[in-house]
Amino acid sequence: MSNTVINKSIKDSIEVPIKDNVENSITVEHLIKKFGDITAVNDISFNVKKGEVFAFLGPNGAGKTTTIKILTTLMDQTSGRVTLNGIDPKINKDGVREGFGIVFQDPSLDEELTAYENMHFHGVLYNIKKDLMKSRIEELLQFVELWDRKDHIVKTFSGGMRRRLEIARGLLHHPKILFLDEPTTGLDPQTRNHIWSYIVKLSQDENITVFFTTHYIEEAEKIAERVAIIDHGKLLTVETPKVIMKNTKTKNLEDAFIKLTGNNLRDEDIGTSEQMRNRMRMRRP
Amino acid sequence: MGAVYIMWIRQLKRYFRSKSRIAGSLGQPLLFMVAFGFGLGPIFQQAGQGNYIEFLVPGVIAMTLLFTSISSGIEIIWDRQFGFLKETLVAPVSRLSIMVGRTLGGATLAVMQGIFVMLLSLIIGFKIMNAGTILLGLVFMILISITFTALGTAIASRMQDFHGFQLILNFLVMPLFFLSGAMFPVKGLPGVFNIVVKLDPLSYGVDGLRGALTGTYAFSLGLDLTVLILIATILTVIGSIMFSKIEV
Repeated sequence: MSNTVINKSIKDSIEVPIKDNVENSITVEHLIKKFGDITAVNDISFNVKKGEVFAFLGPNGAGKTTTIKILTTLMDQTSGRVTLNGIDPKINKDGVREGFGIVFQDPSLDEELTAYENMHFHGVLYNIKKDLMKSRIEELLQFVELWDRKDHIVKTFSGGMRRRLEIARGLLHHPKILFLDEPTTGLDPQTRNHIWSYIVKLSQDENITVFFTTHYIEEAEKIAERVAIIDHGKLLTVETPKVIMKNTKTKNLEDAFIKLTGNNLRDEDIGTSEQMRNRMRMRRP
Repeated sequence: MGAVYIMWIRQLKRYFRSKSRIAGSLGQPLLFMVAFGFGLGPIFQQAGQGNYIEFLVPGVIAMTLLFTSISSGIEIIWDRQFGFLKETLVAPVSRLSIMVGRTLGGATLAVMQGIFVMLLSLIIGFKIMNAGTILLGLVFMILISITFTALGTAIASRMQDFHGFQLILNFLVMPLFFLSGAMFPVKGLPGVFNIVVKLDPLSYGVDGLRGALTGTYAFSLGLDLTVLILIATILTVIGSIMFSKIEV
């Protein structure tokens, strides 16, 4: 009897300090990112629970992509602290990198390689064991229904196929967190539906934390367990869609979003690489 | 190690899939060898300098190495544009291994091109004086390729898009080539021009390659090797530092 009490108290004393890391996949504390005079992310704090499907919404230029870049080790913050799976990217970048997969806003496949080769490339970079590689690639390409196209060059793939391949690739190394930056932009409703059904299935079957952004607010309303809305670098709310709608007295999340962020149009300067892509697109026959 | 290998093999795969690239990259050296070799050959001979094809071919091989390796380095801009760079930058591998894999990949392609051009040159009448020193020639090809792939990487790490590409071609690649002694003998050049030629690192690559393949050095084997190894090392270090600073 007394033994169990002692055990319990030991367990408690151990659990308390690391509890944060066990329950939360992502923690963000007082995060600030400045570019010269501009403050892109202005003192935001939130947590994402393990296995949660979390939407990160905001108008263009709100600070979404900057936050994702900091979380995914592509950028260092000005101040504040973030952890992923309990690891601080400032201290252990590679440790953080092993624990997440990402589907970027822009395409990031090698178009000259086949679907299988893109997967294999990723597998080697993430140090996946040779004997596991083949079966894992097959499993994931089956999952996104691209196995029969595995030997086709990615150049021949449609936008939806590329996105599915990127999702499969992002999952190859068994990440605990999956980042999706506008994964459905520019896709038809059928493909969007498919992609979300994969993602929901993943979070249910494998307890992966999903952190996504989207401009289709109804997707967030349907899929996300909690939603964060950010604007001008400030966090406006982090709640379940229901509570947000209730608090704003609106019928759907899109109305709530507009009510919170206002009606003004946002003009964001696009990066040079996007400018270049636009030019290339125009030049193509 | 895996990262180095996979970056290397990726470049080889991409290269062999693009048939037009292979054909295009052999066309220019062939044109140079034929047009200049046969066009200027008689004058060269009259001036008492011997067989111009023999003189020119190592220069054209060096040109091929220079062009291929610089453009391989510059390919980072493509990866940036098509987003693939990000995939490598969020992976749990060091940037150094990515850079080393890239450089080896670019250098391998350049050396292969150089060998293709050398084989082509045999058809139009180039004779390798000393078959035993082909290996030494290969060493120079590798050194030239590493040097300029690293240079391309360093430059591309600082470039956001292709706007500066033409500038680099006109103000870096072309001068490097034309001022290297690839086309003319470097002995007895007038004043300032002589200095400029001796400041061009490719001059030592050309001379080393020419010496190895035909047996005649304008500088010396020791000097050529020393300068090239030094420059290859410096540029690889600079390229690695630049690459490690890329933000996307």
